[in-house]
Amino acid sequence: MQKMRVRNHQVVLNRSVGGDAGIAFFLIIMGVFMFLPMYYVIIQSLKPLDELWVFPPRFYVQHPTAKNFGDLFTLLSDSWVPFSRYIFNTVFITAMGTFGNLLFSSLAAYAIAKIPFPGRKGCFWIIQRSLMFTSTVTAIANFLTLSTLGLMDNLFAIIIPAWGSSMGLYLMKQFMDSSISDDVLESARLDGCSEFKTFWVIAMPMVKPAWLTLIIYSFQGLWNTGSSQYIFSEQLKTLNYAISQITAGGIARAGASAAATVIMMIVPILVFIISQSNIIETMASSGMKD
Amino acid sequence: MENRKELNDVEAVEEQETLQVNSVANENAKVDDSSAQASDTVSEVSVGEEATGNAKKTEKKKVVARKDMTWRQWTWHEMKRNKIAYLMIAPFMFVFILFTVFPVVLSLVLSFTNFNMLEFDWDIFIGITNYTRLFFEDDIFLLACKNTLVFAMITGPVSYILSFLVAWFINELSPRIRAIVTLIFYAPSISGSVYLIWATLFSDDAYGWVNGILLDLGLIDSAILWFHDERYAMTLCIVVALWMSLGTAFLSFIAGLQTINKSLFEAAAVDGIKNRWQELWFITLPMMRPQLMFGAVMAITGSFGFGGVVTALCGFPSVNYSCHTIMHCLEDYGSQRWEVGYASAIAFVLFLIMIGANTLVNKMLSKVGQ
Repeated sequence: MQKMRVRNHQVVLNRSVGGDAGIAFFLIIMGVFMFLPMYYVIIQSLKPLDELWVFPPRFYVQHPTAKNFGDLFTLLSDSWVPFSRYIFNTVFITAMGTFGNLLFSSLAAYAIAKIPFPGRKGCFWIIQRSLMFTSTVTAIANFLTLSTLGLMDNLFAIIIPAWGSSMGLYLMKQFMDSSISDDVLESARLDGCSEFKTFWVIAMPMVKPAWLTLIIYSFQGLWNTGSSQYIFSEQLKTLNYAISQITAGGIARAGASAAATVIMMIVPILVFIISQSNIIETMASSGMKD
Repeated sequence: MENRKELNDVEAVEEQETLQVNSVANENAKVDDSSAQASDTVSEVSVGEEATGNAKKTEKKKVVARKDMTWRQWTWHEMKRNKIAYLMIAPFMFVFILFTVFPVVLSLVLSFTNFNMLEFDWDIFIGITNYTRLFFEDDIFLLACKNTLVFAMITGPVSYILSFLVAWFINELSPRIRAIVTLIFYAPSISGSVYLIWATLFSDDAYGWVNGILLDLGLIDSAILWFHDERYAMTLCIVVALWMSLGTAFLSFIAGLQTINKSLFEAAAVDGIKNRWQELWFITLPMMRPQLMFGAVMAITGSFGFGGVVTALCGFPSVNYSCHTIMHCLEDYGSQRWEVGYASAIAFVLFLIMIGANTLVNKMLSKVGQ
């Protein structure tokens, strides 16, 4: 006789109590390991100065204060380049890079997924291969390319390469394969839609989760842009760079630096919370078929 | 299994061909449609009939036509018919090739020269001198190779298995709890420079958490220089890497597990599957193979591209080169000594290692459940 139990109003097969307990134990240990450093950052950012340097270090905060965040802004407003400039740079890079990547990737993904042109298998093959190595490999050659193009010390040196990032295209193409039926596109073409109009009016609304995911991925990558070897001028540096300078300021700024880290991490996490269900939906079709 | 796969492939090819035929037919139908509208005398029904009739006719004509054409003519014909597709992929492919494909080729070419950005003299071609120097003279590169491989061979598989296990374990939780647990495990990989907190936790002085606790308990007499001690640095970096490694692969696994048809498990239970581990091996893993492949690519790429975090935690270069990886060699020669030719050789070796590891693992994974 099979073991059957009821969980979440569903009959569950083949589950032993011992196994469930073991798994719960494993998850709790892992969860604590994952969460503890994050918790520590948050606690650090709320500690007043006298609590930051208590020995031995404490796991909790007695008198939480927002003073560190205030200090952070005082520090930043004293900087030689106005702080708003760093924010502008990061927002500009993130917005331009994400927009271009979204536009280029979704056009290309649509063509590769839904138009049977000769060469599309080759295109996709090479895009899949590009997921297999990191940008470290291409950094030196890109330095030469960008300096030849005269894009050194220009925000576009970061933005333009982001347009050709292949991760978003890959996810988008896989999602289009599984979620848009050819019949719908066919009937749109039959009604006299041009290929561009079919793409924009029919296909794009159907792959909303995929382009949200693409935006998130591109956003995360660009938001965390730190110091780059293509940018020299102080007024073109990013928020992440400015904040890492504060962190490098040593122990006197421990509180402000924790506050800065919290601000930098909160944005991607909020974005993920909002878009989690869409991302998971997109990931369902992310698999590689050989 | 093999047979079925082949059968599917054949079907897919047929489908594609009929699709092409259909779209040609539809173009014809479109023309008919407009002429019908122009004349305004033919009823809708008859237009439909005419269109389908036409489609049949062209289908016949088309098949013959394809046989008549050589492969080259056919390709050219298809290219012309779908020329709009080239317009659509052009912007992306241009940027992609310029910044991803071309650099690999350029690295290969430059690796055979002694191009140097500072002196700017180069004897165009010095053969494989850079490579012989790398593998026979440069002790630090060999050490870096060893470190990189140790690093990748631990973090890659462990993070991969961890991602899968956690995704599998939380799969049966209720959706709301699952979302929260997902967030806790996924957050470290997206929150930018939060990993720097590890430098505070394991800081060299007594104010670091770990040193503080150990000193308080009397386990050590003086503070340990965690990230600046060759005995601990590598291990700690691996721990941090694992902490940050539940990323894209993890999400892909969560999503993949959700899409497996539940009735398969019921059928399997009837057929005598006894526990969750058998279920995992006989049903879950084979059904997840596409996601497993994708996850492997993500895990491997991640485990090789970890130089920046090591630099931030251990400094550059790390104590006694204990955490020196190929990425650091590349940075050293590429953007500090500006020996671009030599750095290109390093970059190309790194490229080959990554592609090689991926190909190997993909081969292994294609055997899962077969």
